[in-house]
Amino acid sequence: MIRVVLPAHLKTLINQHHEVHLEVAGPVTQRAVLDALESRYPVLRGTLRDPVTQRRRPFVRFFACETDLSHAAADDVLPDDVSSGAQPLYVVGAMAGG
Amino acid sequence: MAGVRVLVGTRKGAFVMSADGTRTTWDIQGPFFEGWEIYHLKGSPVDPNRIYASMSSGWFGQIIQRSDDGGASWQPVGNGFTYAGVPGTHQWYDGTPHPWEFARVWHLEPSLSDPDRVLAGVEDAALFESVDAGANWSELAGLREHGSGPHWQPGAGGMCLHTIVVSPRDPQRIFVAISAAGAFRSDDAGRTWRPINRGLHSEGIPDEDAEVGHCVHRIALHPSNPDVLFMQKHWDVMRSNDAGESWFEISGNLPSDFGFVIDVHAHEPETIYVVPITSDSVHFPPEGKLRVYRSRTGGHEWEPLTRGLPQGHCYVDVLRDAMAVDRLEECGVYFGTTGGQVYASRDAGDSWEALARDLPAVLSVEVQTVA
Repeated sequence: MIRVVLPAHLKTLINQHHEVHLEVAGPVTQRAVLDALESRYPVLRGTLRDPVTQRRRPFVRFFACETDLSHAAADDVLPDDVSSGAQPLYVVGAMAGG
Repeated sequence: MAGVRVLVGTRKGAFVMSADGTRTTWDIQGPFFEGWEIYHLKGSPVDPNRIYASMSSGWFGQIIQRSDDGGASWQPVGNGFTYAGVPGTHQWYDGTPHPWEFARVWHLEPSLSDPDRVLAGVEDAALFESVDAGANWSELAGLREHGSGPHWQPGAGGMCLHTIVVSPRDPQRIFVAISAAGAFRSDDAGRTWRPINRGLHSEGIPDEDAEVGHCVHRIALHPSNPDVLFMQKHWDVMRSNDAGESWFEISGNLPSDFGFVIDVHAHEPETIYVVPITSDSVHFPPEGKLRVYRSRTGGHEWEPLTRGLPQGHCYVDVLRDAMAVDRLEECGVYFGTTGGQVYASRDAGDSWEALARDLPAVLSVEVQTVA
């Protein structure tokens, strides 16, 4: 089970105010987790990454295990603690603007 | 008795204000979608309980919401705004080519006859259509692919398609306006387009006959006479008597002819409203006095409407989609400000009262007259 913590606006959008729990088949990569997340909640398509290019939206960041994974390749395997469910993948709205 | 529902989009959420036909007591619901920018909400003319809303954020992009119960509850629908084919480029601020990039939906225009059909005007400028109540969107690419497209440039607010007006006499005829490309018309339901900017003159465009490049802020018409168009341009209030084939200026005695909104009285096709703003570099009313100006002569001659509006130290703006009228017997007029006030007049503008004073900055105001 993969645990994902979403920012408040997206929690409200999917009406899920706790962690999201996902099953991910195969290697647990950023892309695989986001695919599973968007499959479960189609309204999130386009909110985290561009629906065409699949690039991360500029003000969306990914963290896990106290590490900024925002610039990691989408197909890099996430840390073991994320794969095992010991730690969540945090999706964070970057601090920007006022 | 018929009632009124005012749909208010703000920088931090949406509000739904309702009253019966007396328009004396208002119920305000919201904020819906709190924290999101709500560029526009608009209800279907044939099913007033069907309302579409555009919510967006610099962080999380574009979401379209739909209500089927008059704004009491909402559900997200489709947000797949993908340009048709290879989008190509338009001009960037410095004149260099810049690829078309979707940013947000500025305006939603539900069909006059089918509640499941709705048009969306987007940034970077393009027109999209849904025929399934917002679930799926496809571009009417003939507009963006007009030969002038590579020469379109963004205005200060981005290169946005912000105005969509469908002719009630011929729904095949659609008018749109793009900042800062100008006005365009389709006579085949959006398949093909041509610019309709003859007679517009814009400072900074040396070619007086320039086909595109004009910063049109808003277009309005009266349903009984859809060949007559009224336009608030960046500077200049303009009028066309021939469905946009040509334009002439009707600014007359306005204290400033810069502004954003323009609208038409519900029952008097020659009564129009604007809110003059000081200038393109000073976005508040002249002399700090918030005045709606009304012309009962289709332009040229304007009277200030001030009763109930602040007449000193008022430094708000009224944005392009932030004025609307109701269709009750005595026409109501409504507008919202960047200071968070929503003003309403029950007497066609003679007097005003604030329905709310402390909302987030108002981006749009639409009105439904409901049974």
